Amino acid sequence: MQFPPGYGSHPPNYSAPSGHYSQVPNKAAASHLDHQYRASYYPGYYSAPAQNVMTPSVGSTVLNAQGSQQLYNKTPPHTGGSSDGPVQGAISSASYLHMSAQQSYSAFDNHYSTSVSSSVASQGFPLNSDHYAMPVVSGAMYPNVPYPPAAAGSAYGQTFTSQSLPTVGQFKETNAFSSQSTSVPHSLQQHVPAGYNTTLSTISSAQSVQDNLCRNLPGSVAKVNNQIKTGGIDSSQPVHSVSQNVPFTKPGVGTSASSAVVSSVRSPAPSLSSQPSSSPSVTQSPELALQEALDSSSTTSSASPVLNNYDALEGGGYPDTRSVTSSPVPAPSVPQTSKASKPFGYGYPALQPGYQNATPTTPVQPSNPGHHPGFQHYPQQYPGVNQLSSSLGSLSLQHSQQPESLRPVNLTHDRNILPVSSVPAPVPNLNSDLRKLNCSPDSFRCTLTNIPQTQALLNKAKLPLGLLLHPFRDLTQLPVITSSTIVRCRSCRTYINPFVSFIDQRRWKCNLCYRVNDVPEEFMYNPLTRSYGEPHKRPEVQNSTVEFIASSDYMLRPPQPAVYLFVLDVSHNAVEAGYLTIVCQSLLENLDKLPGDSRTRIGFITFDSTVQFYNLQEGLSQPQMLIVSDIDDIFLPTPDSLLVNLHESKELIKDLLNALPNMFTNTRETHSALGPALQAAFKLMSPTGGRISVFQTQLPSLGAGLLHSREDPNQRSSTKVVQHLGPATDFYKKLALDCSGQQTAVDLFLLSSQYSDLASLACMSKYSAGCIYYYPSFHRTHNPAQAEKLQKDLKRYLTRKIGFEAVMRIRCTKGLSIHTFHGNFFVRSTDLLSLANVNPDAGFAVQMSIEESLTDTSLVCFQTALLYTSSKGERRIRVHTLCLPVVSSLADVYAGADVQAVVCLLANMAVDRSVSSSLADARDALVNAVVDSLAAYMSTASNLQQSMLIAPNSLKLFPLYILALLKQKAFRTGTSTRLDDRVYAMCQMKSQPLVHLMKMIHPNLYRIDKLTDESTIHVNDRVVPQPPLQKLSAEKLTREGAFLMDCGSIFYIWIGKNCDNSFIKDVLGYPNYASVPQKMTQLPEVDALSSERTRSFISWLRDSRPLSPVLQVIKDENPAKTDFFQHLIEDRTEAAFSYYEFLLNIQQQVCK
Amino acid sequence: MAFTFAAFCYMLSLVLCAALIFFAIWHIIAFDELRTDFKSPIDQCNPAHARERLRNIERICFLLRKLVLPEYSIHSLFCIMFLCAQEWLTLGLNVPLLFYHLWRYFRCPADSSELAYDPPAVMNADTLSYCQKEAWCKLAFYLLSFFYYLYCMIYTLVSS
Repeated sequence: MQFPPGYGSHPPNYSAPSGHYSQVPNKAAASHLDHQYRASYYPGYYSAPAQNVMTPSVGSTVLNAQGSQQLYNKTPPHTGGSSDGPVQGAISSASYLHMSAQQSYSAFDNHYSTSVSSSVASQGFPLNSDHYAMPVVSGAMYPNVPYPPAAAGSAYGQTFTSQSLPTVGQFKETNAFSSQSTSVPHSLQQHVPAGYNTTLSTISSAQSVQDNLCRNLPGSVAKVNNQIKTGGIDSSQPVHSVSQNVPFTKPGVGTSASSAVVSSVRSPAPSLSSQPSSSPSVTQSPELALQEALDSSSTTSSASPVLNNYDALEGGGYPDTRSVTSSPVPAPSVPQTSKASKPFGYGYPALQPGYQNATPTTPVQPSNPGHHPGFQHYPQQYPGVNQLSSSLGSLSLQHSQQPESLRPVNLTHDRNILPVSSVPAPVPNLNSDLRKLNCSPDSFRCTLTNIPQTQALLNKAKLPLGLLLHPFRDLTQLPVITSSTIVRCRSCRTYINPFVSFIDQRRWKCNLCYRVNDVPEEFMYNPLTRSYGEPHKRPEVQNSTVEFIASSDYMLRPPQPAVYLFVLDVSHNAVEAGYLTIVCQSLLENLDKLPGDSRTRIGFITFDSTVQFYNLQEGLSQPQMLIVSDIDDIFLPTPDSLLVNLHESKELIKDLLNALPNMFTNTRETHSALGPALQAAFKLMSPTGGRISVFQTQLPSLGAGLLHSREDPNQRSSTKVVQHLGPATDFYKKLALDCSGQQTAVDLFLLSSQYSDLASLACMSKYSAGCIYYYPSFHRTHNPAQAEKLQKDLKRYLTRKIGFEAVMRIRCTKGLSIHTFHGNFFVRSTDLLSLANVNPDAGFAVQMSIEESLTDTSLVCFQTALLYTSSKGERRIRVHTLCLPVVSSLADVYAGADVQAVVCLLANMAVDRSVSSSLADARDALVNAVVDSLAAYMSTASNLQQSMLIAPNSLKLFPLYILALLKQKAFRTGTSTRLDDRVYAMCQMKSQPLVHLMKMIHPNLYRIDKLTDESTIHVNDRVVPQPPLQKLSAEKLTREGAFLMDCGSIFYIWIGKNCDNSFIKDVLGYPNYASVPQKMTQLPEVDALSSERTRSFISWLRDSRPLSPVLQVIKDENPAKTDFFQHLIEDRTEAAFSYYEFLLNIQQQVCK
Repeated sequence: MAFTFAAFCYMLSLVLCAALIFFAIWHIIAFDELRTDFKSPIDQCNPAHARERLRNIERICFLLRKLVLPEYSIHSLFCIMFLCAQEWLTLGLNVPLLFYHLWRYFRCPADSSELAYDPPAVMNADTLSYCQKEAWCKLAFYLLSFFYYLYCMIYTLVSS
């Protein structure tokens, strides 16, 4: 990799699958630059693609600007690097940033002070060339561009002065019409890998850039990737640099970024168009890039499978800002722009006429009559602001008669209630601007998207109120903001977010506690548009998911390095299972991909009846094993050489990993001293904190924390009491708390063939914010499916993002209160979750209650702030904000119910209930939840016949999901379920994010033997068929078909006896049904259409989840058949109802 | 005026009741401490503070756990004494609390050797507010019974 070690301060956020970048066939001649780009791009761990789409003359400078920001945002080591740059030895990064602002910003000179070095700087864009090989290109690029010293293209668009109004207007046009535009010369696009903007510099030639883009237009995927970096580098000067990387792919845009309209309007500055890098446009560039991208993305978003947060900005985001850039005074002169840009309105039919009338009079927002997403930021400017909230409310009321979600469904009659494709998250009933700004449902979901006004109303609805969070999710787009002050409410410490209201330019009102706060001086400056006086345009206020790079206020000690400790079981049982080979192999393969920086440390402990340490100190010829047999009083033999720097001792580590699998082959030690090994691990980790990965294969039998078998196999299928769901000892819990206090998380990999008391062992991860993996009956050769799964899980586990010493706080609007949390963490004070580590696959749930009536507000907001140390040693804060409407009628509450979230929250509550009370109680509670809510609904809808079981459309899947839960391993009774399996399923329920949990509860079944091209989608240049979802019932299985069941962590392919031979031949690669082997875990690559379709469908399903599922092909006589049929939850089993019986049962109870 | 067994019981319970009042007050303070972390939000997010806070929580929970048995046994002692002294009214007043204590004591999760006040469990906002309410109620009850015992003691001393 060409990045200096200190480089990647931002990348960790961008672990986006980058598929379509790579797979798009080159439509233009590949330039070597492009190759260079790719070369530098793919090696990155966090291959997040981002593209910058720039209008004409913009490109190159922006590019530089971004490069430079990148530079600034970077950690110190980099500045050193930059000063070595060929051109600009003298340029300090700060001066580079601020250089020419003074002319236009004379009023704010003190803030945006100019440095004379700007002219130098302008040529010094390539200043980081030593890293990025850029200078040559850019030199070629701007041979004749005049860079006036004061107006050079710096990050901050200092060139305002040279910007003429017409140009301004036309930029607007550009945005408005870009999608229809055809004129090539103006368009310059570039795509920038979000994390590594460095590469960007390698492609800073207009042509190559354009090529790049063209190449990257698969045509169907629209994706906006926004990366905003605000760089306040020079702490004395509050400067922000923002880079927006907006990748989008859109047919035709590659060649048509600017329209005819644009060029005509641009005529005042004709030279601009011919010179892509001329300064006026430079000033506009990032913003333009953003807006245009937004625009175009919005036009294509319907085709886009990627969730697009940023089309939110489309309507209101662009219009007014650029007018401001042209002059130091924010509002003044550009009314005509607004007129020029008519087309904004069309997207907002719901808009109240009142707003449209009101706006044109407002000088500040000349161009967007009311469509501005942030229009609520200006309450006092609209005569009817106070009606704003009420009008929002009424809006939602009008709309809430989404007849769809309230349409009564007769459950006993409608048999096909499953949607064709996956169940979408309900969209909160907000006004369209707010809706677009709202947080993605993947990160943040509420069980009721219409919040009831009072607790009484909530009680009446009989639905749980809570949030489902996936805060550290891998995001493809995330604005990262560096700023010397992070704007927060002074009383409740809420981070500023899109849902605050700006009372005037200088004050904002917190949306959670309603306190009026001052807008800090530097927040007035918008680095994105490089304009002053528009706090509502700041990225913090335009995005509901942002990440701040925290200042030193947020840390007392220096950020901890990434420290990984592996604690491996090497007893006879473990060696027999053969997991060591897989673990060591995976580690060897991923050693370089472990997240971390130059300080990363790693260590190993193995244990059987003794504990073995490994001295890996640099300089040793080979790893030294140190055995401590005093397990009652464990100590560290050589405390400072057991955890070693990964880079310094890499050879020794590799030696050890190569040797480990064979070191214990002949061991006869059957005991396992897990407790002492953990104590040693804790001692080793406590000075730094970090992550302990424990691999255990049996019941710990020696030393502290030893456990006894508690499971009675005869009770496995008992319908009565299931015991021992709680821990047998508090040793592991205490250890976890100690670890949590030392910022250490313990991740448990349990690979056992017999009972290992997961209920007790899991505590070590539960309270230290670790994660739990369980591989029942693991054996490397006898159970290849599990072995493959372990391998894949490990790959993900080792390379995924990690956040250390994290805390998470969830705030909500006054009146709501959070009372219970679910997930793996420790609650440190009532609203603060302590997470020693946070990983992208962890989900959380919270339950809430309404303490005060919400009658005086029409919107409530929830904010999650996750403060963590990235693996690069940066303190970062990821903030998600969700905004939901408040409703006063019961019908509206039902209309907004999010059935998946409700079910997931209920599952979490049921787990708690079964541990604290009993499984039977939990099951009853689940059934009662359905009965109560349906009864409550039916009593509200008085005109319904009582004899039928009616559910609102929004809840029509509720009984089905609850039945699925009751048949889930965690809660089922009557079917033989091993205690560990049950406990593991419960652990998963508590810690999985909603999407994965739903697959666990209710798998998806598809028929795959007749995949057609109908309703296919195109992803990454692949055609992905979209077969309809099938009911989970054996009636859907035909002997002639082949079916795929997606259970989240495992795929089953069931093949009917009379399945078409051509399918078996093409897809499975065997001549006929009889020759298909019992244990088949992979589909061969056969060159046939059906094979291709099946494989692309499966890989599409796989791509959607972090842990790659294992595939199992099942024939009729396969022992795994029972597993498959157990998932057919609509069918009757010996111990449980069929779906129809369940409905009748519910109906009986409802009518009682 | 005679120094009967009943009078002795009341005198003893008066003293012990003072101890129980003290316990209740301590509980209230402890739960308040658990609930609110008296630090600025920025400090709270501090990893170094985390350890200190965690120690605090564990220490408090440890003490809470230690106090459970003394409190319950003192209260049962009352009941036994009043039973022996045949003070039926007083006994009747105390019996509900006695049953509540028994229920609390034996309701703890089956497998755990821990009693109540397990740090992760206690930090649940629901549990915490329940515990706090419980502590306030007990405080009120003990205070009232303190004066009741005082009255009864004087009454028995004077009347007989």
